[in-house]
Amino acid sequence: MPGLEDLYREIILDHYRNPRNRGELPAPPAHTETGFNPLCGDEITLYLQVDGDRIEDIKLSGQGCSISQSSASMMSTAVKGRSLDEVRAVIRRFKSMMSIHESRLDGAADGTDEADDTGPRDEDVKLGDLEALQGVVKFPVRIKCATLAWNTLTQALDEVGATAE
Amino acid sequence: MHADPRRQRQEALAGALSAAGLDGLLVTSRANIRYLTGFSGSAALVAVTRGDDDRSTGGGHQPIDVETVKKDFPILDRREHGKRLVYLDSAASSQKPTAVIEAMSTYYETTHANVHRGVYAIAEEATRLYEQARTDLARFMGAPRPSEIIFTKNVTEAINLVAYSWGRANLGPGDVVVLTEMEHHANLVPWLSLKAERGIELRYIPVTDDGQLDLGRLDEALEGAKLFGVTSVSNVLGTINPIKRLAEAAHAAGALLLVDGAQHTPHMPTDVSDLGCDFFGITGHKMLGPTGIGALWARAELLEAMPPFLGGGEMIRDVRLDGFSTNDVPWKFEAGTPPIAEAVGLSAAVRYLEGLGMDAVREHERTLTGYALSALRESHPELVIHGPPSADDRGGAISFQYRDVHPHDLSQVLDEAGVCIRAGHHCAKPLMRRLGVGATARASFSVYNDEADVDALVAALSAADALFAL
Repeated sequence: MPGLEDLYREIILDHYRNPRNRGELPAPPAHTETGFNPLCGDEITLYLQVDGDRIEDIKLSGQGCSISQSSASMMSTAVKGRSLDEVRAVIRRFKSMMSIHESRLDGAADGTDEADDTGPRDEDVKLGDLEALQGVVKFPVRIKCATLAWNTLTQALDEVGATAE
Repeated sequence: MHADPRRQRQEALAGALSAAGLDGLLVTSRANIRYLTGFSGSAALVAVTRGDDDRSTGGGHQPIDVETVKKDFPILDRREHGKRLVYLDSAASSQKPTAVIEAMSTYYETTHANVHRGVYAIAEEATRLYEQARTDLARFMGAPRPSEIIFTKNVTEAINLVAYSWGRANLGPGDVVVLTEMEHHANLVPWLSLKAERGIELRYIPVTDDGQLDLGRLDEALEGAKLFGVTSVSNVLGTINPIKRLAEAAHAAGALLLVDGAQHTPHMPTDVSDLGCDFFGITGHKMLGPTGIGALWARAELLEAMPPFLGGGEMIRDVRLDGFSTNDVPWKFEAGTPPIAEAVGLSAAVRYLEGLGMDAVREHERTLTGYALSALRESHPELVIHGPPSADDRGGAISFQYRDVHPHDLSQVLDEAGVCIRAGHHCAKPLMRRLGVGATARASFSVYNDEADVDALVAALSAADALFAL
């Protein structure tokens, strides 16, 4: 049986207590996107400053549990300053880490092998601190908490893409 | 040779009835004896079988002996993380006594057939049991006639039935429906749908800082309204609303009163006639019964005038290729094969609660809620408890915030101690916004909870401190 120590790793609690990139950016020019977890009421609003094909700045506001907030905080540090292709690779890599249960719940696996030719190979992407969230998959109800910020970021990137075209 | 457990139960029951001076009951039909074997034989439950006089939801019962009651709920023997299960989420769904579980399995083992169709013995018996459940529930709710009880899936479906059937027949652009800020989504979304579809106007009774309805401008809000929909007991705040007063105010304004009784019926006597309401929805799985069954009570003349809700078998008198005519009330509103075993289970739940006595249930939960409010305030002064300060004004649900610990995390840590509480918005997002929070932690009680369960909650809260101290 998984224990609390699998879930509440120290690095997670650190990001929860001291969230990085907390705040807002003027929108526009920043893109904003709000994500909801209808199960528990968690909300995350994401501000994305994209310059060319690079995420120049990212800020987050909202409220939620330690898992959703720390995941958002770690995500912000993982994607800030990265190219959009790199960011998409990180998203895929993170979701694949979570996907064992997500694919079971949603009936559709998240792609882990869809990296296009121009982007980095997913298996080369280093998740760093984010690896600490791996324990979440042992608590299936909490996977939605961990992926809230990531799904919101995916939506925001789709918006950015749509605007650019 | 193996002993037949059912036969053993029957013999044990016969012995218990005999000891209680109730031999006469054994001359009832074989079917009844079978169902009586579903009861666990505790003294409170033997009282159920004594006759209709003791089956009122009113007074005259002994205080609840929780130790005995706990034995009637097999799930409470389960151990979680090596600890005894402390179930404090009955406002979401209650646990089931052996009487309910066995009534349903006995029904499937001995009686099942479709209702209102077959002319053979077991079909007639299934029909009789299904209709008996209606009679039992009508008695339990103080309904003047069993035919005023429509079986639904739950209270959500009961309110949707009113919104779709009565609402679409009676509400048009600009017509006013009054609701409150403390409603469950079940009593918001059906009306928001009508607003989007037909342009009805929705008005909301606000909630005060101590979790009561702000009735200062009630008459103003009700002016010109056609319907007032209100929860009897808040699933978040625990607040018991003054339904009689609200019914009078609604009627004075020419509006009907719809009551969401999901958190009422499991915890205190229900008398729809005395309350003076027009619609009252209940849900079975919160009142010790099975999932998948609930009911709408409505005054007969309203049901007669309302068009059907779902269409299909059972709800018709005749169907031609160019049209149909409807069955009588209540079957007019029960399309398709109904949840028969669930009705049998609900019937057993009603009898179980009647055996305890709803006045005794209310007194037990009022006392326990009072104990919990004091224990939480004393042991954790930093705890913010939502809702009315006194247990006299509350049902058995306590929502709270604990320091800056998110309710989700709190619930996860409490689970480690075997303590089950609910964390989230409790399907009341507008109320969460009113309270200025995204979510709350909620502990809620039922007949099988005692002070030791509250103590386990209090102790487990301290464990959260260590982990999440900011």
